[in-house]
Amino acid sequence: MTDISLETEGLGRHFGALTAVNGVDFKLAAGARHALIGPNGAGKTTFVNLLTGVLTPTRGRVLLAGRDITARAQAERVKLGIARTFQINRLFRGLSVLENVCISVAERVGAATSMFYPAGRRVDVIDESMDLLDTLKLGDAARHCVSELPYGRQRLVELAIAIGLRPRVLLLDEPAAGVPSAETHIILDAIERLPEQIAVLIIEHDMDVVFRFAKRVTVMVGGAVFAEGTPREIEANPHVREVYLGQAALSAAHG
Amino acid sequence: MFATHSPFAVGWGAGSLVIENIDFAGILLGGLSAGTVLFIVSVGLSITMGLMGFVNLAHGAFAMFGGYVIVLAMNRAHVGFAAALALGFLAAAALGAVLERLLYRRLYRAGELDQVLFTIGLIFIFIAATVIVVGPESQLLTLPQSLRGQLDLGFTHYRTYSVFLIVVGFLIVAGIWLAIERTRIGAQIRATVDNRRMAESLGINVDRLFTITFAFGSGMAAIGGGLGAEFLGLDPQYALKYLVYFLIVVSVGGLGSVVGVYCAALLLGVLDFVLKLYVPKGGTMFIYVLTILLLLWRPQGLFGRKET
Amino acid sequence: MSVALAPAGAAAAAARLAHPAARTLIRRHHLRWWEALPWAAAIGFYFAFPAYLAFGTELLITVLFALSLDLALGYAGIITLGHAAFFGAGAYAVGLLAFHGIWTEPITSLALAALVAAAIGFASGLVLLRTRGLTLLMLTICTMALLQEAANMAHDYTGGFDGLPNLPIAPVFGVFAFNPLYDNTQYLYALAVLLVSFLFVRTLVYSPFGQSLTGIRENLLRMHAVGAPVRWRLTVCYTISAALAGVAGGLWAQTNAYVNLSALDLDRAATVLIILILGGYGRLYGAFVGAVVYLALEHFLARVYPTAWQLGLGLLLVLIALFAHNGILGIGAMLWRRYGRGRAEA
Ligand SMILES: Nc1ncnc2c1ncn2[C@@H]1O[C@H](COP(=O)(O)OP(=O)(O)OP(=O)(O)O)[C@@H](O)[C@H]1O
Ligand SMILES: [Mg+2]
Repeated sequence: MTDISLETEGLGRHFGALTAVNGVDFKLAAGARHALIGPNGAGKTTFVNLLTGVLTPTRGRVLLAGRDITARAQAERVKLGIARTFQINRLFRGLSVLENVCISVAERVGAATSMFYPAGRRVDVIDESMDLLDTLKLGDAARHCVSELPYGRQRLVELAIAIGLRPRVLLLDEPAAGVPSAETHIILDAIERLPEQIAVLIIEHDMDVVFRFAKRVTVMVGGAVFAEGTPREIEANPHVREVYLGQAALSAAHG
Repeated sequence: MFATHSPFAVGWGAGSLVIENIDFAGILLGGLSAGTVLFIVSVGLSITMGLMGFVNLAHGAFAMFGGYVIVLAMNRAHVGFAAALALGFLAAAALGAVLERLLYRRLYRAGELDQVLFTIGLIFIFIAATVIVVGPESQLLTLPQSLRGQLDLGFTHYRTYSVFLIVVGFLIVAGIWLAIERTRIGAQIRATVDNRRMAESLGINVDRLFTITFAFGSGMAAIGGGLGAEFLGLDPQYALKYLVYFLIVVSVGGLGSVVGVYCAALLLGVLDFVLKLYVPKGGTMFIYVLTILLLLWRPQGLFGRKET
Repeated sequence: MSVALAPAGAAAAAARLAHPAARTLIRRHHLRWWEALPWAAAIGFYFAFPAYLAFGTELLITVLFALSLDLALGYAGIITLGHAAFFGAGAYAVGLLAFHGIWTEPITSLALAALVAAAIGFASGLVLLRTRGLTLLMLTICTMALLQEAANMAHDYTGGFDGLPNLPIAPVFGVFAFNPLYDNTQYLYALAVLLVSFLFVRTLVYSPFGQSLTGIRENLLRMHAVGAPVRWRLTVCYTISAALAGVAGGLWAQTNAYVNLSALDLDRAATVLIILILGGYGRLYGAFVGAVVYLALEHFLARVYPTAWQLGLGLLLVLIALFAHNGILGIGAMLWRRYGRGRAEA
C-alpha cells in the first residue's frame, strides 16, 4: 500500500439537493500519470476541491500516503505535498510573472514569515523562480505584469506557481483549457517533462491528450466513478464511448 | 468632513413620538413603525447589492433626495401627500436610472474600495448640492389631516400615522415579495442573483435588469425618506446620519433577501425603541454587539444564501 | 534546483539573477534619492513656518495614521472603515494613564498605546478577518462604534462626551516639555516617531512577509493554494497596523493634551481612508501625499467655503474612483511611465 500516494474512500459532497461528488473510491499511485475525464458537470473540479481542501466533504475520507488528511486545511495539505492548478486562472494579477512564482517558492522554502530583511536578499528564491520560468520558456516574459500576457502564457504561469511548490502530488484541472490550439503543445510539453516521481492527476477533455499522456484513466459521470482502466480499456469500453466519447466526438464534429 | 455629530449618537425612533401610554403594545407599535421606515429605505439597497454585488453607501442619498422632493412639493407647491410620494418616487427613480447608466455601471467590476470611495464621493456631492439648492436647515413634513391624531385599535390607542406606516410597510413587502416570486422580471432577478453568468447565457438582459432594479430601489428609498421625514427629520446630513443603520439592516437581513431586510428592520426598530426607553445610556451598544455576533455567526446575514 | 531541472551551475545562476526582472526584485528595497524629500520638507517646514507647527504636527500624525491603514488596506487588501478604533484605543490609553496620574512619560506611554491597540487589533482581527466584503466592512464599523459607545458609557473614567482635558504629559527624555503655545517640541517629537514608524513599515513591506501580504491582496484564493496560512497572516498584519494606528492616536492625545470621543468617530475612519486613497494606496508615500493635499485644502478652503469644499471633495472622490484608481501617486507613476522613462529609453 505504500506506493499509493493519494486515496479517497467514499468521498462525497452535495450542494443542497445536488450531489456533485457521490461516494468516490479513488487511488492515485506514486508517480502516476492519471487522467480524470467526464462530461461537463460530472464533478471533476469538485473532486479536486475536496482533495485539496477547498471544500469540505459531506462524507468519506481523503488519505495521503495512508494518513487521513480529511480535516486538514488547504495550506497544510500543500505543505504535505499536494499542489494544484485551477480550471480558470488564479494568478496574482497585478504582479510580474517572476513575482508570481516567487510568492509560491518563498512560501515553500518558508521565507514568507520573515519580516525584517528585504525579500530581494533571498536570491535563492529569485534564482529558483527564474530557473523555473526558463524551463517553461517564460524567461523572456519574467518582468511583464502577468495580466498583460496572452492567455496561453498565463496558463503556463498558473502551472509554474504549482510546480514551484515542488509537490509530490500535482492536480491539474484542465491545464490547456482556453488556450489556442496552436499553443497547447507548449503546456503539454511542460507537463510531460515533469519529474517522474511526482504523481500527476490531469483533468482533460481532449482525448488525444489523455491517450498520449495518461497511463491510467478514470471516468467520472454524475459525481461517481463510472469506469477506470488503462487508456486502451477505456477506449474500448462501449459504455464509456456512449456517455463520453460519443459526446466528445459529437462536439468535435460540430466545433 | 462628515457630520459633526456621529451617526451613532443619533436617536432612532424617539423624536417627536408621543410616549404617553408606554404599554407593551405601544412600544411594539412605535418600534414597528420606525422599523418599517428603515425597511422601505433599505429594501432597494438590499436588492441592488444582492444583484450587482455593489457596495452602495450612497443609497441614503437617494432617500434624502426623494424625501426633499416630497416635502418640498407638499410645503411649497401644496401637492397632496399621495401625489407627492409618487412624485418623489419618480424623481428618485429617474435620477437613479441616470446615475446607474452613466456612473455606477462602470464600477460593477471594480474593487470594493473604488465602490466605497465613489459612493462616499456621491454622498458629499448630494449633501453639498442640497445645501446649495435648498439650504442647510431641516425640513418639516406636515401630515395630511386624515393621518394625524390617534386611532382606536380596540386593545390600545395609537398614533394613526404609525399604524398607517406599519400597514403600508406590510403591503410593500408583500407586493415586492409577490413581484419577485411571481413575475417574469422577478424570476430574472432571482436567476441573476443566483448566478449572473448563467442568467446572461439564458438570454436575460442583465444590463437592463440592473437599471430597472436600481431605479426601483432608489424610488423606494425616496418613499422611505418622505414617509420617515416626520420623525427622522430631513436635513442635508440625512444620507450620512443613518447610513450605519441602513447597512446594519441590509447585512443582517442578508443581501438580496426582501423578507430578510423586513425582519431585520423591524427587529432593529423595536429593539432600538425598547433600548431607548429602558436603557437610555449605552442601549445602542447592545445593537452593535448583537450585529457583530449575528454577522460572525452568519456572515451572509439571517436570510442570505450561504456563499461557498 | 526546481524539480524539473538539471543541476544549475553558478554561471547560469548569475545569468538568471542578472535578468532585468530579477534585478528589479533584488533592488526593489534600495533607498532612492527622492525618499529624502519628505523628511527634508518636514525639517524645512519647521524653520520656515514656525507659526504653523500645530498644523504641521497634526499633519505628521495624520501621515502616521494613514500609513498604518496603508499596511492593512494597501498591502494586505483588508478593506476597513473602522480603523479609528485603534487610533482611539491608543489615544484613550495615553489619556487615561495621564489623566489619572498613573503614567505620564511620553515614550513609554506610546509603547503602551501601541500594545493596547495591538491587543484590540489582534482580538478583533482573529474573529473578523474570516469575513470579507460588506460583512467585513460592517464588522469593522460596528467594532469601532462599540468602542465609542463604551468610552461614552464609562463616563467616570473617560469623561464621556467631554473627554479628558489638560492631560499632564511629562517632558520628552525628562527635558523637552510640551508647550501648549509653541509647538516646537510636539512637532519634532511627532516627526521622530513618524520617522521610526516609517522605517519599520518600509522594512516590513519589502520583506518576504510583506510580499506575501501583497499576494493575499492580489489573489486570496490562490494564496491558500500555495500553502500560506492566510488568516493568520492577515491577523498579524492587522495587529501591526492597529499598533501603529494606536501610536498615532497616542501622539494625538499627547500633543493636544486631550482626548475625546472624536478619536473613535466614523468620521475619522472615513477621512483617513479618503486621505490614503487620494494619495495612492499600497505605495508607502501615498499616506504623505494624501495627508498633505487633504489637510492643506481642508485648512485653507474648508474654513472659508465649507460647502464648496465638500462638493469639490465629492467630485474628486468620484473622479478618482472612476479614472485614477491609484490616487495622486498613481497618476504620477503613470505619467512617469508614459513620458519620463519613455523618453529616457528612446
Ligand atoms: N460551489 C458550488 N455550489 C453549488 N453547486 C456547485 C458548486 N460547485 C459545483 N457545483 C455543481 O456541481 C456539479 C459539478 O460541478 P464541477 O465543477 O465539479 O464539474 P466538472 O466536472 O468540473 O465540470 P466541467 O467539465 O464543466 O469543469 C455541477 O452541477 C455544478 O453546478
Ligand atoms: Mg471543472
